[in-house]
Amino acid sequence: MSSEWPLWEVFIRSQHGLAHKHVGSLHAPDAEMAIKNARDVYTRRNEGISIWVARSADIHASSPGDRAALFEPSNDKVYRHPTFFPMPEEVKHI
Amino acid sequence: MYAQLVETGLKQVQDVAEMTPEERAFQARIDADVKVEPKDWMPEAYRRTLIRQIQQHAHSEIVGMLPEGNWITRAPSLARKAILMAKVQDEAGHGLYLYCAAETLGVSRDQMIADLHAGKVKYSSIFNYPTLTWADIGAIGWLVDGAAIMNQIPLCRCSFGPYARAMVRVCKEESFHQRQGYDIMLTLCRGTPEQKAMAQDALDRWWWPSLMMFGPSDAESVHSAQSARWKIKLLSNDELRQRFVDQTVPQAEFLGLRMPDDKLVWNDARGHYDFGPIDWQEFHEVIKGHGPCNRDRLRTRVDAWEQGAWVREAALAHAEKRAAREAKHAA
Repeated sequence: MSSEWPLWEVFIRSQHGLAHKHVGSLHAPDAEMAIKNARDVYTRRNEGISIWVARSADIHASSPGDRAALFEPSNDKVYRHPTFFPMPEEVKHI
Repeated sequence: MYAQLVETGLKQVQDVAEMTPEERAFQARIDADVKVEPKDWMPEAYRRTLIRQIQQHAHSEIVGMLPEGNWITRAPSLARKAILMAKVQDEAGHGLYLYCAAETLGVSRDQMIADLHAGKVKYSSIFNYPTLTWADIGAIGWLVDGAAIMNQIPLCRCSFGPYARAMVRVCKEESFHQRQGYDIMLTLCRGTPEQKAMAQDALDRWWWPSLMMFGPSDAESVHSAQSARWKIKLLSNDELRQRFVDQTVPQAEFLGLRMPDDKLVWNDARGHYDFGPIDWQEFHEVIKGHGPCNRDRLRTRVDAWEQGAWVREAALAHAEKRAAREAKHAA
């Protein structure tokens, strides 16, 4: 078997103003073919106006096991939400 | 459906008392409907079961392109040709989503292809039957994709994230496949007597193999029970098959076609259709490699892989050459 094409992660933006969403992965020898293949595999029904591809090897992710410790600082800062501050009814536009 | 010959490797469903703390925590997540993602800890048997099942699902999509691809050059109109090509392209896409989902579990694409070519893993039995007439294309879309949808919708809720998400995508696209097939059957059944006879003949040949797609009864299967516990298998083979029969019989009646089953009859007490016995010997023979098209399908796949090697290698060589040139210019 010949050596395999590297793996790429594919992100599609469906409309202007929205974020690119991760839709899956594919193998391709380079970025140009990755985009063409992404077009064929992930946008057969007009799903997007923009494609990003990134080598999977370049994507770094937080570890699931670290989740509790990593996100702990925001657990007890409920005052970051506006609903923490009830406003008097008479006060408008705030 | 794609779990034909998938074995969990366990002799009985694991009892909570026998589980390690990790296994217990894992089972608790499954029970709470929290998705398992590729980097999460998982029992080896869970990983192995999924690698095999997802891979067989992927192989089924790719091999499934062949019986329908057979009629692209002979579709009766340009519209039908374009539509059939779109369906076959979808199947390629489905295979690719599934291969990538399987790869997240640590198996390589090359390994999966090698195992398929060596006969170590299977694809769905249904694709070992030949497409003899244009009406077969209608029957396949209506019955085979219909059966696949029946199996795939519950899988959208399976416990493994990448597989579940791939299934959501696949299900959105699969409905067109079934409608395309039924549309062909409608046209034929509303056409000349010869066209209707062709449609009836296709139904006669594809009905029982479609029922076999769901696999033998797994009421006694340890593997099915463990897969159910792990939420890899959400409904039993018999349940899925019964739902498929119940929804398809009225569709055939609307077409004015006769089901090739003398024992098929509505059972008021059960609230379901009773149907005749399935020839499981045929199913096992086909799985073992003795169906009408097994050798042909595999040879076509092996040829495509081997003859396409130069394209894969050339693309990689070109990419490496260009990268080296760019590095030189940047230096």
